[in-house]
Amino acid sequence: MTSPAYPITTEKKEKTIWKFLIEELKPRGKWLTPFNIISLPVMLAGLVLIVYRFTDGLGAVSNVNQEIPWGLWKGFNVVTGVAFAGGAYVLTFMVYILKMDKYHSIVRVTVLNGFLAYMFYAGALVLDLGKPWNIFNPIIGNNFGASSVLFLVAWHFMLYIFAQLIEFSPAVAEWLGARTARKILAGMTIGAVIFGITLSTLHQSGLGALFLMASEKIHPLWYNEFLPILFLVSSVFAGLSMVIFQGSITNKVFADQLAKDHRENDHGIIHGLARVCAGALFAYLFMQIIVFIHGQHWALLNTPMGYWWLFEIIGFVVVPLFLFLYSYRNFNITMIKVASIIAIVGIILNRLNVSIIAFRWDAAVHYVPSWMEIVITAAIIFTQIWIFRWVIHRMPVLRESPEWARDH
Amino acid sequence: MSINRRNFFKTVGVAGLTLTGLESLGSPAEAARENDTEFYGFLYDSTICIGCRACEKACAKAHGFPEPEDDAEVGVVRKTSITQRSVINKYETSQGEMLVRHACMHCNEPACASACLTQAMYKTKEGPVIWRADKCMGCRYCMISCPFDVPKFDFQSSNPIIQKCDMCFDRVQNGEIPVCAETCGDALFFGTRRELIAEAHRRISESPDSYIPQIFGEKTAGGTSSLYLSPVPFDEVGLNTKVSNESYPAKTKGFLYSVPSVFILLPSLLLGMHEATKSKQPKNHEND
Repeated sequence: MTSPAYPITTEKKEKTIWKFLIEELKPRGKWLTPFNIISLPVMLAGLVLIVYRFTDGLGAVSNVNQEIPWGLWKGFNVVTGVAFAGGAYVLTFMVYILKMDKYHSIVRVTVLNGFLAYMFYAGALVLDLGKPWNIFNPIIGNNFGASSVLFLVAWHFMLYIFAQLIEFSPAVAEWLGARTARKILAGMTIGAVIFGITLSTLHQSGLGALFLMASEKIHPLWYNEFLPILFLVSSVFAGLSMVIFQGSITNKVFADQLAKDHRENDHGIIHGLARVCAGALFAYLFMQIIVFIHGQHWALLNTPMGYWWLFEIIGFVVVPLFLFLYSYRNFNITMIKVASIIAIVGIILNRLNVSIIAFRWDAAVHYVPSWMEIVITAAIIFTQIWIFRWVIHRMPVLRESPEWARDH
Repeated sequence: MSINRRNFFKTVGVAGLTLTGLESLGSPAEAARENDTEFYGFLYDSTICIGCRACEKACAKAHGFPEPEDDAEVGVVRKTSITQRSVINKYETSQGEMLVRHACMHCNEPACASACLTQAMYKTKEGPVIWRADKCMGCRYCMISCPFDVPKFDFQSSNPIIQKCDMCFDRVQNGEIPVCAETCGDALFFGTRRELIAEAHRRISESPDSYIPQIFGEKTAGGTSSLYLSPVPFDEVGLNTKVSNESYPAKTKGFLYSVPSVFILLPSLLLGMHEATKSKQPKNHEND
């Protein structure tokens, strides 16, 4: 299966690298697909709104206020999105550290997803910053706020983006036909993986630790000292559920790209991931219950916020846990996909609860995102999908590496 | 350094009155010990305050804000804003109507300053917690962390600021006292925190019927530079009594202290596991 996207080397040598790049930058295939028709207007509207946000201030587009200063861009794009990008560190752990070869064919696409996700969350973060031109202050100069959890998270975001870039770089080298570079970069993979897992462990939990000082502001059913550990454990099944969900879409959309062993192993991969998800969900549920019992919040259960908490825990932790277990036993791939979608919704609920909904639940004015915030959020996600699609069509991510790269 | 009687008491005062381990705080405490500067602060006696709001107006005038026009009314909680650093609110309490002033508490170990990843929010060695525009990146994590909801962000500006009381830091540096304390004769005092706490205790013990036997800010949030005396429980006059006595930065200490250990132990563990699982694998699937 020689894809037209990958020019064979003899042809390419005749062109200069720039011609090749310009050629590659051009869009391919049909323009008027349903996805393009929906996403293009949203992206354009998002662009206009982003300009508006920078000329007229955050308040012009966003509903965040003095009591609830973090809205959708931080609560959804950053806090929730990073949990979903957790699939990359879990999978690299399984494949490169535990040597579970079964999952090798989905590592590249997962790392690519993770890398793009982090890039775009960093982007959402810049939009949300009041004075983004000072963003380098914690990186350079004598402005190290080292006692800040956000300082740690910011550094880890940056370093992890580099680590993921190195993990993914062999695919870029294969696309460019750079053999020596590929060899060097592939040699750095294991280092980047170990570094990346460590960084992920710390900043996935760090996102929970961000809220430790908001001890009276977050509803007691959601606030506890174990937020960092709960965030870390839930990032395991959040990330893997996202891998299952995204995989079921990309495998259809990019069916022509799929490598043979990927297509053959697909069900086995999903089946295996379901078991890991079930294990992580069980650990998470167990910890939530222990934290709840130690918190002695029985009386709070019989309040509107208590029902909301039970809705999250039973509907979106217990239910997907049993669905994963059941479908794993019965080898029911469809039900595994359903379970992963429920788990994904559950993570969105949990992260939004901690950062927005249960945050100042007692405030007089509740935060509800404006339509402009939602459009910009959607525009960010669509742009990410566009770039993802561009890369998939050009680099050996889903398909096999070129012949020359396989034996190294 | 030879310790004479006076210095000894100063050291004991700083260490004792701030109550939570200042050692853990880092720079401010060390700085305080080094050059003997003590934290300054306010003592506000709400039994004396008549709510004339001269302090509010003086504050607005000194910092170039429009004079606040709305009156303090029972049931209306006026809040500090992007153009107002201090407010006086009226409360219906168990001892009748009272007027009480609110502004930044200037914590000894401020949540906002420890949350700030650029040190824009900064606890000075003199006590004021200040905000520095050239360092701030506008992430608003200080607003998430402050238990008193003090920092206010300008959502309407393309080059926003964080507004909060800075205890008139420029005046304090020049040996002057903040405009509010200068304007108010009887209810709002400025001094070193140690002196103010002694004064507050003296007032409570001399007229125990006039006050509840607590000082809001002595232990609150690990100790604050703004101290309140009140005849009624503090929550009746709009002070946040849900705030814990533990210092807020201490809540993240456990997590932050675990970072170096994780950074050393986890990679070693992962590398060990990688080596242990290595040999059996076919070569073509390694490292790509």
